[in-house]
Amino acid sequence: MIGSLDTVTLQKLWWLIGSVVGSLFLFLTFVQGGQTLLWQLGKNETEKSLIINSIGRKWELTFTTLVLFGGALFAAFPKFYATSFGGAYWVWIAILFTFIVQAVSFEYRKKPDNLFGSTVYEAFLFINGTVGILLIGTAVGTFFTGSNFVLNEYNLVRWTTPWRGLEAAQNIFNVSLGLFLVLNARVLGALYLLNNIDFSGMDTFKTRTRNAILSNFIAALPFLLIVLIGLLTMDGFNVNPATGTVSMMPFKYLKNLVEMPIVLIILLAGLGLVIFAVYSAKFQKRDSGIWFAGPGTVLVGLSVFFTAGYNHTAFYPSKVDLQSSLTIFNASSSHYTLTAMTYVALIIPVVLAYIAYVWKLMDSKKLKAEELEGPEASENY
Amino acid sequence: MIEQIDLSTVNWARAQFALTALYHWLFVPLTLGLTFLCAFFETIYVKTGKDEWKELAKFWMTLFGINFAIGVATGIILEFEFGTNWANYSWMVGDIFGAPLAIEGIAAFFLEATFFAVMFFGWNRVSKGFHLFSTWMVAIGSNLSALWILVANGWMQFPTGMAFNPDTARFEMQNFFDVVFSPYAISKFTHATTSGFALSSFFVIAVSSYYLARRRHVTMAKRSIAVAAVFGLVSSLMLAFTGDEAAFIDAKHQPMKLAAMEGLWNGSRNAPVVAFGIVNGMKQPGDFQDPFVVEFKVQGLLSLLANRQAGSFVPGINDLVFGNRDYHISGVTDMMKKGKLAVKYLAEYKNAKKAGDLSNASRALAEFNKYKKYLGYGHLDLPKESVPPVAITFYSFHLMAAVGTAMILIFFLYLVFTAKGTIDRTTWLYPIGILFFILAYIAGEAGWIVAEVGRQPWAIQGLLPVKMARTDIAPVNVKLTFFMFLVTFTLLLIAEIKIMLKQIQIGPKGGEAK
Ligand code: HDD
Ligand code: HEM
Ligand code: HEM
Repeated sequence: MIGSLDTVTLQKLWWLIGSVVGSLFLFLTFVQGGQTLLWQLGKNETEKSLIINSIGRKWELTFTTLVLFGGALFAAFPKFYATSFGGAYWVWIAILFTFIVQAVSFEYRKKPDNLFGSTVYEAFLFINGTVGILLIGTAVGTFFTGSNFVLNEYNLVRWTTPWRGLEAAQNIFNVSLGLFLVLNARVLGALYLLNNIDFSGMDTFKTRTRNAILSNFIAALPFLLIVLIGLLTMDGFNVNPATGTVSMMPFKYLKNLVEMPIVLIILLAGLGLVIFAVYSAKFQKRDSGIWFAGPGTVLVGLSVFFTAGYNHTAFYPSKVDLQSSLTIFNASSSHYTLTAMTYVALIIPVVLAYIAYVWKLMDSKKLKAEELEGPEASENY
Repeated sequence: MIEQIDLSTVNWARAQFALTALYHWLFVPLTLGLTFLCAFFETIYVKTGKDEWKELAKFWMTLFGINFAIGVATGIILEFEFGTNWANYSWMVGDIFGAPLAIEGIAAFFLEATFFAVMFFGWNRVSKGFHLFSTWMVAIGSNLSALWILVANGWMQFPTGMAFNPDTARFEMQNFFDVVFSPYAISKFTHATTSGFALSSFFVIAVSSYYLARRRHVTMAKRSIAVAAVFGLVSSLMLAFTGDEAAFIDAKHQPMKLAAMEGLWNGSRNAPVVAFGIVNGMKQPGDFQDPFVVEFKVQGLLSLLANRQAGSFVPGINDLVFGNRDYHISGVTDMMKKGKLAVKYLAEYKNAKKAGDLSNASRALAEFNKYKKYLGYGHLDLPKESVPPVAITFYSFHLMAAVGTAMILIFFLYLVFTAKGTIDRTTWLYPIGILFFILAYIAGEAGWIVAEVGRQPWAIQGLLPVKMARTDIAPVNVKLTFFMFLVTFTLLLIAEIKIMLKQIQIGPKGGEAK
């Protein structure tokens, strides 16, 4: 059956798969959010250890999802991979850098003789959770605001500013998206901790965690508004389906939402879930908010990616040379590769299933402070 | 295609790839093998139910975790470096090359990431059996990641299962299975993973030997050695076998690499293996200088090894550059001429198509098709560019092969003394075990230098020279990131080694009870 899909369907399918992976990554940034909450919520070593060990059991998943996001885009949209990574060089390098230092920090923070001392590793975690996520948001923002590149006839990318992508941080929309993601990650982080840790006997710690959910959510609201208003009012990069020519169109993204009502519904449902999670955690004192805010974040992410890529829209537009803009049609791999990769993608549900199974198995008991001091303590972060 | 090639960007990008990949390879081989060793230890624990084996497994897992973290840290940058520094490469071959990378993520990295958490934090949270299963999954997952990345690398050495599309000026996949089951993919996978197994066995042997020398943790050390010596011996035998296979397929598909590995300038029917030699670094194609300052040869051995047939002809560098009629070898000089034609007709085709001149376009395309095999050679400027750095390739290869042969003996000795029950008194063997741990690292890095330097000037063998593969970016950017990674990775490496040594000094739990 897969073998008979036509190219356009495959291109749309792979944009969907990329969107799912990207959106799952946004959910999993609860790890990064937790990293930035470490100092704020953890007032003594036990509390800090609980935070680190709670999110530390998931950091690899987040990291690997980012890697897969890169790999999937490489295979399915190689022109995007080449243009964006080779073009917006410094943004990506900076992002990667924060993930390099993250990867060692959980493991090395508490080990004796670790060269830098635990404060430095905690700082690494903080940088990853702030700068790293901020820049990822900024980079995603350029899906709507455009970048400064020109492709020549052999599709070599030339960037027209020496800042190689960092100039995107001058745009309020991009930065707001980034800040929103940082704060949303903190909301998710606090929700995750609330659900994952056994707080018995640590009431103030629990209250602190609960309060962080609301305060970070309130802090995120202005940026969310800027992003939403910006998205609904800005001119967008429209593709003429007949000729493939790209041109600016007023209210393009608003139109996309109207023309694809399902995307609008996904967006609203996602936002609703996040709001409900915050509400129920703070006011109904429930602990399971992460299971609403997480999927909510996934839905919001999906709607963002869908708006950027579907309905005759250039998902990686160039401001300086409209016709260099990338669409899911001109940036994709060949029919053969997309087909082969679609067969491979059949194992994604299996992967998700075993991740979910192991997750459940491991987290059925909440993390207790005693566990970090017990006989297995040496394994902990 | 790139009008002004700024060579310094290419060279910084190459240096950066070499740096980051060599760093990654400091940690990967230990992951590949130590996971299996941990799985063996834990299996023994589950079978015997003896808690000593559990403590033993946990000790090696702690060391594994320290290594794993930095392996992951150095890996992520490689994944994206194809895009940042080799944008043209990524576009031209992303259709084929991106696939294994994506599969690696889906099919391998998630196995590791998911079960890693169980392996470390699941002792009290899951059943014994599921824990053991998880440990095995980490081992299998990490080796699967090696599989897919080596499929990608193997394809660069021997591009297959694809065709050039003149309309998009890029290579497109035609047959997935040709890519996955290419002889290079198989040879790289078997050789590189077994090298990781051997290295990891030496790691266990070296640490245990240190304990024996200090008379600490004696029982645990003896047990560890027993398992590692068996695993190491088997692996090192497979390693030598697969290494021989690697050289054999090089003779078929990358004869220039093979010639550089052996410093063979003039081909012959009785080609020698140089057991030991000092290379004359000044020698150029076509001149009459001696290739070696000093050499000890074994006549005829190379003919036997390369073609598995005594007295068969092995071409040398000069034959490959200038051609050799007697043996039907068309030289680089000749292929460059055809390659230039391919470049010319491709441009004509593009121009005619753009102008809407269909008849000229199809004529140019027909001409192009005649020469397209040589397209890559059309981008070389001088024939001698096709010769990789001979001295580096030669020394690296000989070092690797020497260590590989010798290590079999060392594993054998450890096994013999273990069997005799005297390993805890064979003190003279300990320094050798520790030395070979270091030599195994050097051999592994040297192996990659053979593989990668030996294929210069090609990013994709015969199709895409590295200078065409790069990103259009000012050298200063790449230079800056080079030093950024150099400093960061070096600091992290120092941290890792310090932590590792400390943990070794602390030793396994359960303390000094023999
Ligand atoms: C502990 C490390 C180690 C040891 C002792 C050996 N190798 Fe090796 N070798 C590697 C580790 C390695 C490697 C790092 O894993 C490489 C780099 C690329 C690859 O796939 O494996 C490699 C590559 C490599 C290549 C180049 C493949 C190519 O063309 O890309 C050849 C011809 C050999 N090896 C041959 C040998 C022989 C004949 C050995 C003698 C026993 C040997 N190796 C021992
Ligand atoms: C982890 C083990 C590896 C090591 C130690 C290694 C080593 C090296 C070295 C020394 C170079 C520099 C060659 C030169 O410029 O003279 C290089 C270049 C390169 N390697 Fe590898 N390599 C490894 C794995 C890989 C893999 C798996 C791939 C592809 C999947 C790859 C792709 C490249 C590319 C694209 C370059 C740059 C272009 C070039 O100079 O050829 N390498 N590598
Ligand atoms: C040059 C191309 C390479 C790239 C792009 C690359 C990419 C990566 C990435 C992104 C990670 C982190 C994965 C995670 O999220 O857990 C990683 C780790 C790993 N890679 Fe590589 N890698 C390369 C070369 C190799 C080679 C040649 C091998 C083995 C033969 C290898 C084996 C592994 C393994 C086993 C890990 C797990 C972490 C560790 O062991 O230290 N990689 N690699």
